[in-house]
Amino acid sequence: MAEIHLKSLAHSYDTTANPPEYAIRQMDHVWHDGGAFALLGPSGCGKSTLLNIISGLLVPSEGDVLFDGVRVNDTPPQDRNIAQVFQFPVVYDTMTVFDNLAFPLRNMKAGTAKINTKVREIAEILELTDVLDKKAANLTADEKQKVSMGRGLVRDDVSAILFDEPLTVIDPQLKWKLRRKLKQIHEKFNTTMVYVTHDQLEASTFADKIALMYGGQVVQFGTPRELFEQPNHTFVGYFIGSPGMNFLEVERCDEGVCFGNTIFTLNNAEKKALQHSKSTNLKLGIRPEFVHVWDKPNDDAFETKVEFVEDLGTYKIVTLTFAGVSMKARLQEDQQVPQHTAFISFPEQWLMLYVDEFLVAKESDYE
Amino acid sequence: MSLTLENVTQIVDGQYYINQANLTFEPGSFNVLLGRTLSGKTSLMRLMAGLEKPTSGRVLMNGIDMTGVSVQKRNISMVYQQFINYPSMSVYDNIASPLRLAKESEASIKDKVMEIANMLRITPFLTRLPLELSGGQQQRTAMARALIKDADLVLFDEPLVNLDYKLREELRIEMRELFAQRNTIAVYATTEPNEALALGGTTTILHEGQIIQTGPTAETYHSPCNVIAATLFNEPPINMINGNISKNEVTFDNTVHFPLTSELNVLEEGEYQFGIRPSHLSLLPKNDDDLEMSVQVEVAEISGSETFLHVRNAHFQMVLHLSGVHRYQVDEKIKIYVPTHKLNVFEKGGKLIQSSSRKIEDNYHG
Amino acid sequence: MNKSHSNKAWFLVLPVFLLVAFSAIIPLMTVVNYSLQDIFDVSTRYFVGTEWYREILNDPRLQDSLVRQFIFSGSVLLIEIPLGIAVALMMPKDGKWSVVTLLVLALPLLVPLNVVGTIWQIFGRADIGLFGWALNAIGIDYNYAANPMDAWFTVLLMDVWHWTSLVALLSFSGLRAIPDAYYQAASIDRASNWAVFRYIQLPKLKSVLLIGVLLRFMDSFMIYTEPFVLTGGGPGNSTTFLSQALTKMAVGQFDIGPAGAFSIIYFLIILLVSWLFYTAMTHSDNK
Repeated sequence: MAEIHLKSLAHSYDTTANPPEYAIRQMDHVWHDGGAFALLGPSGCGKSTLLNIISGLLVPSEGDVLFDGVRVNDTPPQDRNIAQVFQFPVVYDTMTVFDNLAFPLRNMKAGTAKINTKVREIAEILELTDVLDKKAANLTADEKQKVSMGRGLVRDDVSAILFDEPLTVIDPQLKWKLRRKLKQIHEKFNTTMVYVTHDQLEASTFADKIALMYGGQVVQFGTPRELFEQPNHTFVGYFIGSPGMNFLEVERCDEGVCFGNTIFTLNNAEKKALQHSKSTNLKLGIRPEFVHVWDKPNDDAFETKVEFVEDLGTYKIVTLTFAGVSMKARLQEDQQVPQHTAFISFPEQWLMLYVDEFLVAKESDYE
Repeated sequence: MSLTLENVTQIVDGQYYINQANLTFEPGSFNVLLGRTLSGKTSLMRLMAGLEKPTSGRVLMNGIDMTGVSVQKRNISMVYQQFINYPSMSVYDNIASPLRLAKESEASIKDKVMEIANMLRITPFLTRLPLELSGGQQQRTAMARALIKDADLVLFDEPLVNLDYKLREELRIEMRELFAQRNTIAVYATTEPNEALALGGTTTILHEGQIIQTGPTAETYHSPCNVIAATLFNEPPINMINGNISKNEVTFDNTVHFPLTSELNVLEEGEYQFGIRPSHLSLLPKNDDDLEMSVQVEVAEISGSETFLHVRNAHFQMVLHLSGVHRYQVDEKIKIYVPTHKLNVFEKGGKLIQSSSRKIEDNYHG
Repeated sequence: MNKSHSNKAWFLVLPVFLLVAFSAIIPLMTVVNYSLQDIFDVSTRYFVGTEWYREILNDPRLQDSLVRQFIFSGSVLLIEIPLGIAVALMMPKDGKWSVVTLLVLALPLLVPLNVVGTIWQIFGRADIGLFGWALNAIGIDYNYAANPMDAWFTVLLMDVWHWTSLVALLSFSGLRAIPDAYYQAASIDRASNWAVFRYIQLPKLKSVLLIGVLLRFMDSFMIYTEPFVLTGGGPGNSTTFLSQALTKMAVGQFDIGPAGAFSIIYFLIILLVSWLFYTAMTHSDNK
C-alpha cells in the first residue's frame, strides 16, 4: 500500500523545443493510501502519460514522484511494486492460466506451497478456477484481461495497481461483471488503484476520487458527487454527466446577471465575486438533471419550445429552445413530456455562476 | 430507395454467419444493428452492400433484385471502425475523391465539399493530411467522404468505438441531424444498447447470425420479444429469475412466493422466466403489489447522480439502477421491492408472453 | 474477411496456371518419365520400371552423400537459426544505426553464389588467404584443400557468413511487431531477460521462424555452387553433397535414367522433411 505524491510534476517529450510543449503541466497531487482513483479526460489530455510516469515506464522531465515519501523517479517499474493492466490483454500465450498467475511469484522465488495458495485464491476471486489449466492463448478477451489483473493481485507487495482503459476490448454485457469485480477487489484488498479512462460513467462508478484532466492539467480532483454537483470549471460541467451541463452566456446587470430580458438574481457570495472581477466572460450553468420541467405555466418558469425527445430507456432527454439557445433536460422514465411547449425553471441551488470559466462558490470565505 | 433482405443466409466453411435474415428498411430511415462482437453485424452489412454474395436469399433495393450486382454498381458508402482515409491526400482531396472518380466538375465538387465540411465542422482542416488530425477529426473526414456521394445506402461499422465518450455523444447528435434531411438509408452497427437508444430510428437485434427482433428502437427496448432480446438490449443487463405459476401464486426459484396479480392471473400454470429491469426495482415500497425481498449488498457503484447496486441472496443475483447516491457497506442486509406489475414474463428460455404495460412515447419533432 | 467467390477469378489465374504447368509440371513429368527408362541415345530406350530407383537407393556413394547432406543441413540450421535470432536481438531498433546495421546485414545476401564460393576459396587458402594464413600463423594447422575436417569447417563457415543475415532480418521484423506493452508487463512482473525471451519473444517469432527454418533447410539441402567452387566436393568426396553427386551422375556420366530417379527421390526427401518441420512447428500451436 502506498501513498502517491506528485510534487511539482511536469513532463515535456521534447525539452529542447522553445517554448517546450508540455504533455503534463505542473501539478501537485496526493493520492492517499488504499484509495480508488480515476484519471479521466478526453483523448490527448495526458492521462496515459501520467499513468506511465507513476508506473515508472516514463521518467518525468521535471518534478518528483514520491511513494510513501520516497522519491522514485529513478526507480524502474519492477522495483516500484506496482502492477499495471493494459488496454488490451497481455498474457503469456504459451503458459497456462495457472502459470501466468504464478509467474510474478516465481520470479520472486516464492515457495511452491505459497504460490499454489495464492494463485488459487486469486483465481477464485476472479472466477478463473475452471480455466486454470487452459493455455492462455485459448481464452476469451475478458478472461485474458482477468488474467492480466490476476498477475497484479497475486503479489503481496503491490503498492498500487494501475489500469489503462482496461475494459476497452470487452463486450458491454461483460463490462458489468468486470466492473463489479474490480470494485469487489478494491473493497477486499484495499490496494491503491488508479484507473485511466475517457468514459465518465466508468470513472464515476469506480473511483472514490476523480482527477479530471484537460490539456495536461488536472482541472478538478474530487469525489464523483463533487464533480457532478459542484463542477469548478465549465469543462468539468461539460465533460461529466451525459449529457453535460447547459450553459447560458449572460451579462452583468443591476440585480445580478441577465440573459436577454431574463434576470437571474445572485446571492451575496456570487455578487461579491462579480464585483471583484472585471471580466465579461460570464456563464450560468445548470445540469439537465436539475432542470425542472412543467407542462403548465408557472411564475418562476420560462417558456420554451420542445424540439426533440430521446427515449433512452431508463430516462428521457428533452431538447428545448430557450430564447434562441438550445438546452437539455433529463426526465425520469415515467415522466410525461409536454408537447410543443414546456415551462422550465432553474432551482437556485443548482444554478452555477462561472466567471472566466471558473466556478463562483455559493458560500465563500467572505461571509 | 428502400432496402429489403429476403431469407438471406450466408454459410462460410460450414458455419452459419447469417441465418435466414429478413428485413426491410424504409428510405430516409436510420437503422441500428445491435449485437455482441461476432454476432454477424459486419457480415450482414457486407451482404447489404454487395461486398459479399449470400449463399441463398435475395437483396432488393427499391424492389429490384440486386443480389448478384457488384458493389461498384450500387450506390453505397461505408464508414469503418478504423478511420480510413487516403494518407497521402489532403482532407479536401479525400472528401472530393468519390466525386472526382465520378468525373464531376471542379466547381461543383468545391461547393459540395465545402457544404459537407461545414456540416461536419472540419472546414479548418481541409488543407491538412489525415494523419495530422485527431481521431475524431479523421473519422469525420471519413464520414464526409462517405456522405458526399449522396449514396442510397450508408453503412457504419462501429465507427465511434475508437473515440472517447464525449466525442461519441456529440458525433451521434451530428449524425442524427445529418440524416434527418436526407432520403438515404443509414445502417449503424454497435455493441452498446445505450448507443442504439441514443440514435433512435429502428433497431435490429442480432445474435449468432440470426435476427432476433427488429422494429422502432423504443418499442424494441420496451417490448423485447424473447429472453435473448431482453438480455442483449439492456445496460445493465435485465435481471432474470426462474419461477413458476401455479393456481394461485407465483413462485420464484422455489423460495419466494407471492399471490397472482391481475396481470399474471391470465397466464397458464407452468414454468416461466421473469425479467425485471434494474431501474424498476426500488428501495422503498411504492405500490400495493410490491414484492419484498431480503438481500445482501455485494457492491454499490456510484456515479455522480446514480447508483448501480449489486445485490444477492442465496438464490438470486440482481442489479438495481437507482437515481441519487446511495452508500452501502459490503454484505449489508437490505430489503428491495419488486413491482410485480412490471414483471416481464417469458417462456422458459424463449418468447415474451407478457410485457410490463407501459405507454410508449414517440420520439418527437417539435 | 472473406472475399467474394467468383468464377471469373479462374480466368485470371489461367495464365499463371499455364506458366507453372509449362515451366514446372511438364518438366517434372518428363523427369519421371526418364527415371523409368534406360536411355542409350535418343532412339534407343527401354522401359525398366523402378530398377533405377532400387539401384540408386542401394548405391553406397549416394547413401554417403545423403548422410553428408543431412549432417550439413542439420548443422546449418543448428548454427544459423540461434545465431540469426541472437543477432536480431542485438540490433538497434531505430535511428540511423538501425539503418546502417540493416544495410550491412543485407550485403552478404546480395553476393552471387559463385562469387561467394570464390571469395572463401581465396580467403581460406593457407598461402595467400587472409583467414588461412592467419590461422596457420597462430599455430593452427589449417588446410581445407587437404584436410576433410578443415574443408567441412570452411564450407559451414561460408554458409553461415552468407545466410545468417536472412534469419537475422526475418527475426528482426518479427521482433519489431511485438507491442511494447508485453515488455512493460514483463518488467513489472520482474521477469528475467531469459524469461522475456522464452515467453514473449520466442512465441511471437514462431511464424517468422517457420519461414526461416523452411527456407534455410530447403536451400541448404539443395546447395551446389558455393561448395563446388570452394572445394570442388573434395578433398576426395568429403564435401560432395547431394546435388553435386546428382550432377556428376547426370551431366558427367550422362546417365539420364538414374539421374531422373535420383532427382525424384531428392525432390521427395525435401518435400517430406519440409512437411515434417511445418507440421511440428504449427502443431504445437494447436495443443
